[in-house]
Amino acid sequence: MGLEGNYKGIMVYSEDIDTLFELISKSRELANQIQTDVSAILLGDRIEIIPNELAAYGVDKVYMVENPQLKGLIAEACAESISIIINRVKPEALFIGATKRGKELAPKIAEKLKTGCVSECVSLDIDKAKRDFIMKRIIFGGKVVSTHTIVKRPIIATIPPRIFEKKRIEGRAAQVIKIDLEIPSSKFEILEVKNKVVSGKKIEEASIVICGGRGLKQKEDFKLLDELANVLKGQVGCTRPIAADRGWFTEWIGLSGKKIKPNLYITVGISGAIQHVAGVRGAKVIVSINKDPEAPIFSESDYGIVGDLYKVIPALIEHLKKIK
Amino acid sequence: MKIVVCAKYALDVAELKISSGKPVLEGARRKVSDIDKNAVEAAISIKEKYGGIIKVLCFGPISAKEGLKELLAMGADEAYLIEDPSEGMLDTAATVEALALAIQKMDGFDLILCGEATIDGYTSQVGPRLAERLKVPQITYVRSIKIDGNNVIAERDLEDVYQTVKVPMPLLITVTREINTPRIPNLMAILKASKKPITIWKIEDLGLSKDKLEQISSLHTLSLEGFTVERKRIIIKDKPVDEAVQELISYLLKEKVLGV
Ligand SMILES: Cc1cc2nc3c(=O)[nH]c(=O)nc-3n(C[C@H](O)[C@H](O)[C@H](O)COP(=O)(O)OP(=O)(O)OC[C@H]3O[C@@H](n4cnc5c(N)ncnc54)[C@H](O)[C@@H]3O)c2cc1C
Ligand SMILES: Nc1ncnc2c1ncn2[C@@H]1O[C@H](COP(=O)(O)O)[C@@H](O)[C@H]1O
Repeated sequence: MGLEGNYKGIMVYSEDIDTLFELISKSRELANQIQTDVSAILLGDRIEIIPNELAAYGVDKVYMVENPQLKGLIAEACAESISIIINRVKPEALFIGATKRGKELAPKIAEKLKTGCVSECVSLDIDKAKRDFIMKRIIFGGKVVSTHTIVKRPIIATIPPRIFEKKRIEGRAAQVIKIDLEIPSSKFEILEVKNKVVSGKKIEEASIVICGGRGLKQKEDFKLLDELANVLKGQVGCTRPIAADRGWFTEWIGLSGKKIKPNLYITVGISGAIQHVAGVRGAKVIVSINKDPEAPIFSESDYGIVGDLYKVIPALIEHLKKIK
Repeated sequence: MKIVVCAKYALDVAELKISSGKPVLEGARRKVSDIDKNAVEAAISIKEKYGGIIKVLCFGPISAKEGLKELLAMGADEAYLIEDPSEGMLDTAATVEALALAIQKMDGFDLILCGEATIDGYTSQVGPRLAERLKVPQITYVRSIKIDGNNVIAERDLEDVYQTVKVPMPLLITVTREINTPRIPNLMAILKASKKPITIWKIEDLGLSKDKLEQISSLHTLSLEGFTVERKRIIIKDKPVDEAVQELISYLLKEKVLGV
């Protein structure tokens, strides 16, 4: 298969520390299968994480680049640094956390190194005989799972947060290698950074989720859903237009947002676009309330009520209160 | 202002059928990938303010002409189609090679606009790869664009923050859906667009060959498996609200998902 000779070992990078731990844990498991080592990259103008924190998840080596050009972790500077490290270390695989920052970084590195890249892997295995990485991802708006391999080295893959579990291993230490690099100064200037207000509660951990869509006319109407959530001890989420267009929430559920697997998922005023449904494929029971009997969401649901949400939800709350 | 918009003639995933666990790709419906219309709309609003020319560029099947006509009707000035000899089997590295060589064949650019991701492949790779290939800066996940002299000032939507950045042109931008609402061209615009040029290039016109593209393309697909939705689809309608709600609750109690 013409794999360029001596590429060996698995390397990981993510600016999100929890995702980094997850990638290290998964890489450790894969590396054990092919008797190789795991290394991690830390980048920044000032690195606060202690490299030995990473050892606790199974990393053997930590490559650290501290450089003023890495302030703000601009993609160009990160891609430059990681490519240089890869050319020196020659790992066979590079896994990057699929945050938005990671997703814009990985293809840049792939292009610099002239190799292949799989976006947002949801499963990662090794064919030991061929020493090939087998990667699965979800395509076609969530309708299809595709399985891939890459015939060049290093292979590059991005992996979303919370796909793999982080596992602590006791009694390990890592070798720390500080690297000095010349990073060209960037024309990319960050003028302003505004924090989004985050609710703090993790929607992916809730067993009951009530999700509102554009059928809700104004922000206040979400109080109805809050009330339902209170009765059911669930959490409230929304579709992408509610969060990204109207700005009523900071995160949304779906292909490009949070992917969740609650026991009960109740959609309220949601049409059922494939990109939305792709985020809740794993829900045990889906219930939908929509006034349009033709809404596609009904064929993606276990139960549904065709009706006006402003009448159905208050009635649902009232009747649920009786049994709770 | 010279603007190039990259647009994919993607599988219309909402229409895609799954049969015996496999997607039915033969004869599947295609359309311009949703967010690429947002990119064209963004190009039009820049042109309306600062003047210039908008070229749309697609690497895809010959049927993509239909999609390009739609983008010309929206307001793009010229369309370019590079015929993909591989029926969509190439990876993003090969796609980017074709797009980059086509752009280099044009007479320069100030801005390249892409979508944040396509509806079918959804890789989010083509924009950043293309920026790297052409050695220009990238601004990804952009939800608003302003031009200030030779600079672009853009607001990016990242997970935890909105980030406003300033970058000199030429550069590449990937836009989000939220940046605008793409216009739907009227009949007049559609008629007018029929006179606008669509240039068709074979990969050989760009100095490429099928072999060369296959060499660049290192991502192999081993299998495609379709999800089949197995939902019960019990829909309650034409009943008084109280009755409907009580019926629903009794189903949910049986499913034991109410936590009681
Ligand atoms: C690449 C890409 C990625 C995307 N990712 C996501 C994603 O991750 N998540 C996501 O959600 N979307 C995503 N989208 C957008 C998606 O395609 C849809 O546009 C979106 O999900 C629609 O949201 P909605 O159902 O809230 O609104 P609409 O489609 O407008 O539906 C509103 C529904 O409410 C019903 N309704 C109106 N009034 C009432 C009432 N009084 N009572 C009951 N029902 C009522 C209507 O019948 C209608 O069905 C993505 C799109 C693209 C192209
Ligand atoms: N075949 C193609 N032809 C033209 N532009 C493309 C093509 N594929 C992807 N793009 C552009 O790259 C963006 C991201 O695509 P992707 O990397 O496939 O998610 C799209 O929104 C388009 O702007």
